[in-house]
Amino acid sequence: MPTKVIMPQLGESVVEGTVTRWLKQEGEQVDEFEALLEINTDKVDSEIPSPAKGTLLKILAPEGQTVQAGTVIAWIGQPGEQLPAAAAEPLKAAPAEHAPAAELPPESSEGIAAGRDRDLGFISPVVARLAKEHRVDLAQVKGSGAGGRITKKDVLAFVEKQGKPAPAREAAAWETPGMGELFRPSEEVFQQPAAPPPLAAPRAAIEPLKSGLHPLNSMRKAIAERMVASVQSAPHVTTVMEADLKRVIAHREKNLAAYEREGVKLTFTAYFAAAAVGALRAFPLVNSSWSEQGILIHPQINLGIAVSLGEDGLIVPVIRGADNLSLIGLARAVNDLAERARARRLLPDEVRDGTFTITNHGTGGSLFATPIINQPQCAILGVGIIQKRPVVVEEDAIAVRPMVYLSLTFDHRILDGASADGFLGRIVSLLENWQD
Amino acid sequence: MDLEKDVQLEMYWMMLLARRLDERAWVLHRQGKIAFHISGIGQEAAQVGAAFALKRGHDWITPYYRDLALMLSVGYSPRQFMLSLMGKREEPNSGGRQMPSHWSLRSVNAVSHSAPVATQNPHAAGIGLAIKLRREDKVVLTTVGEGSTSQGEWYEAVNWTAIHQLPVIFLVENNRYAISVPQEKQMAVPSAADKACGLGLRGIAVDGTDVFAVHQAVSEAVAIARAGQGPSLIEARMYRITPHSSDDDDRTYRSREEVEEHKKNDPLTVASRILTEKGLLDEKKQAELEAQARQIVDEAVQYAEQASYPAVEEAAYPVYAEEVRRG
Amino acid sequence: MAEITLVEAIRQAMDEELARDDSVFIVGEDVGVRGGVFRATVGLYEKYGGERVIDSPLAELSIVGVGIGAALYGMRPICEIQFADFIYPAFNQIVSEAAKMCYRSNGEWTVPMVIRAPYGGGIGGGLYHSQSVEGFFAHVPGLKVVVPSNPYDAKGLLKSAVRDPNPVIYLEPKKGYRLIRGEVPEGDFSVPIGPARVSRPGSDLSVYAYGMMHHYALQAASKVAEEGIDVEVVDLRTLYPVDKATVLASVRKTGKALIVHEDNLTGGYGGEIAAIIAEEAFTDLDAPVRRLCGPDVPAVPFSHPLQDWFMPNPEKIAAAIRDLAAY
Repeated sequence: MPTKVIMPQLGESVVEGTVTRWLKQEGEQVDEFEALLEINTDKVDSEIPSPAKGTLLKILAPEGQTVQAGTVIAWIGQPGEQLPAAAAEPLKAAPAEHAPAAELPPESSEGIAAGRDRDLGFISPVVARLAKEHRVDLAQVKGSGAGGRITKKDVLAFVEKQGKPAPAREAAAWETPGMGELFRPSEEVFQQPAAPPPLAAPRAAIEPLKSGLHPLNSMRKAIAERMVASVQSAPHVTTVMEADLKRVIAHREKNLAAYEREGVKLTFTAYFAAAAVGALRAFPLVNSSWSEQGILIHPQINLGIAVSLGEDGLIVPVIRGADNLSLIGLARAVNDLAERARARRLLPDEVRDGTFTITNHGTGGSLFATPIINQPQCAILGVGIIQKRPVVVEEDAIAVRPMVYLSLTFDHRILDGASADGFLGRIVSLLENWQD
Repeated sequence: MDLEKDVQLEMYWMMLLARRLDERAWVLHRQGKIAFHISGIGQEAAQVGAAFALKRGHDWITPYYRDLALMLSVGYSPRQFMLSLMGKREEPNSGGRQMPSHWSLRSVNAVSHSAPVATQNPHAAGIGLAIKLRREDKVVLTTVGEGSTSQGEWYEAVNWTAIHQLPVIFLVENNRYAISVPQEKQMAVPSAADKACGLGLRGIAVDGTDVFAVHQAVSEAVAIARAGQGPSLIEARMYRITPHSSDDDDRTYRSREEVEEHKKNDPLTVASRILTEKGLLDEKKQAELEAQARQIVDEAVQYAEQASYPAVEEAAYPVYAEEVRRG
Repeated sequence: MAEITLVEAIRQAMDEELARDDSVFIVGEDVGVRGGVFRATVGLYEKYGGERVIDSPLAELSIVGVGIGAALYGMRPICEIQFADFIYPAFNQIVSEAAKMCYRSNGEWTVPMVIRAPYGGGIGGGLYHSQSVEGFFAHVPGLKVVVPSNPYDAKGLLKSAVRDPNPVIYLEPKKGYRLIRGEVPEGDFSVPIGPARVSRPGSDLSVYAYGMMHHYALQAASKVAEEGIDVEVVDLRTLYPVDKATVLASVRKTGKALIVHEDNLTGGYGGEIAAIIAEEAFTDLDAPVRRLCGPDVPAVPFSHPLQDWFMPNPEKIAAAIRDLAAY
């Protein structure tokens, strides 16, 4: 493979450099570390040593040309070697992608905005909010503040006198246990009809499929190939356990608002991810890949989260270095990847190098499933629907608890039943004993 | 006192390894593979000589950014250096938070330092104070360039150790330049060691290109400090052969002739000559060492290139001790 | 329970911490034989000796720098800066070294230390014995900044500060040293760093203050209560990290906020509280957030009429409360 020669960044504040002299010409031999060219920058003039041994195949920046640091200025390789297609072109800045300015729907204007109102005088933020919440017509309220301004106290006194009902509770949390809404943002859950995300690729309207042969799209083809390859290469075994999510739900309810303030939607998926990471830390053998040379245990945890794209198939974005993330970090990553997956805006790097995968088949109502391992990983965790079920608790009492089935499908070449059960048991224990 | 043959060769090896790593850093920078390098070329003798005078791993050091050879001598690895150059997660100074060559290695009592110069000297005095209060037999080595001896922090630190007779050795690596400013614009005395007499401690100047001379001088200072007889100030005189950093072009303030003249006293050449005269080094051995260094440097670069960057979220911690995550 | 002064509470905390942990020591100007210019360390030199209560050279940067070094070694220094006005020579060591050590070494090194400094005006100290410095330090991640307003908190917070694994700036309202008295339990207890405290519940508006100004705010609140204005007073106590929850809960209840400090208005700590309220409690506000602060002149002037012009006092606070209540 040919090697790039790039314009180095010779200093923190330096952004470009000028080629002053090529010490080798195209077709000449050059050794690794041999002086290849001279450059000049704002801070430093320097000789540039060759990054590789070989033939100088192509000079892209002639003497006298100034280019951005990082620009490919030449190629070194074997004589006659083919350069990458775009290699002969100097790098150009890609034009920024702009979404077309979407027309915003007119805001429904119930209530009065904070600020100066012609008739009522200055309306403070809290007065505006209270008036809206209690459906108070401010024109009916007598102001006692400076210059007759309606104060917060005035509104509250008015409400009390009217005996108006307390404001409705805020809309339910964006994700409701048992509903399987693990990935959908609240706008989609509560708004109807659901508007398509602004940047999503156009989708065909959902209509019943006609009989006959339907050509495969590329995603369907890829899924088919990978699924077949996986079952053919790895002996799949599935083990199932169930977990009581009482403490997880309590923790989530307690922290939902705080996370919201940080701009993070706290999903159950984040908890399953955190529990999986905790268990993978304790059982590094599960964070591995089979090869004929041996079992490769990965140094970090890259957690794949399967995201359904509806009719179009399925994609598995990867949270890299999940072992470094706290619950909030995982929640943020889950939100971000899922959102961009649905908007078809994932980068190629974001669907590679997973070391373990979680799939939430519970979103479709499934109790438990036996998912197929995402090769070359060792195992995949299936999460079923969260349901309230009667369970027998201590002292033979029966209690209603939010329960979930968890399945672990694993590569029997790497794991035996006992270690797989140990791993899955750890996930269950982490969830059931969730710590603040 | 003549050192064991093996020790002399080991000292030479440390100098050689430091030099080859340092040179590779320049190459990597010019290849655009790293963002910054600050060099210790020309200062290896002083650093290795001083390091070998310590009980390495037992005594403490508060180093400065040119101390690659010093750090290697106390246990910093070539891989760790390359990781730090590339800002990789595993680098031990800071997990990719600090610029390269801002050393820290807790396991060998090498304390983290910053970029504003001489700030580490009061820390050395405080460590010396703690050692004295705890009645332990450790000593502290703290290093600076000669430019840093203009700082109030340096004076205050030296003053403290002299008042309280603390077990601290101040090593001034006088390489003649603070970026572009020569020694005569930095101080009115011919040697930074002369500053000792105004502060009330021993002051010694030594040839910083001779690793064995520096070793001798620092060993004496260590013995005095360990015996509870107070600090020493040692100036090791050498020449900064490279520009200040990868961002600097020294042709704008000094002549090539001047640099070439000083290259004749390259500490590596000096050490090689001394060892050859003693019959401890020959061409064959030299070639072996070079091949070994090349292999270690190549391997370190390869390792560091394949190592991971820190996860973005790691940038948010640990601001406070409560947020420190072990392992 | 004994009623004691603020300064006696501080002395007691240090006395008990010195007795509890032999890694604790005090260092500063005149802290030893003299017992401190404000007598905060009186009797401690006699009780614990010159190695635990150390008279430093007249050099603030090394009081802190040496403290950092000792802390890195595992000691728990309490560094006294004689007046907060003299802390600036140590700014580099506090902000660039102590505060950044944990982060820059990825948690390998931490600096458990306390820097005590008497601050504030109204004592006829003129420009250089009256300054408030909290705004500089409450901007720096890695530091904790606390300001006690009463003897109970003074003792409890200082004990927490000594035991904290991070650098803590502990600012003492020196006008209140002997003016403010209160009941303090004998023996060990602590007040956690972090939480603010609602020191007087009320419903009409919230006054946020700390140190001497908190004392004045309570006086002003009593005064206006007779006029039918029901003031809630919040003693911030820990400025960094700030207790957002308590700050927001109070203003959500009352709808109006007045922040009082004697530090200069512009860029002062009150701006941060105002920003938190504006960002997170906007729709709870029934009036603009107000600040009553030291005016934007360089520092507190010496002559009494000029000093009185500068300093907020209970009358000025009461006037600001009336104004805001009438909005």
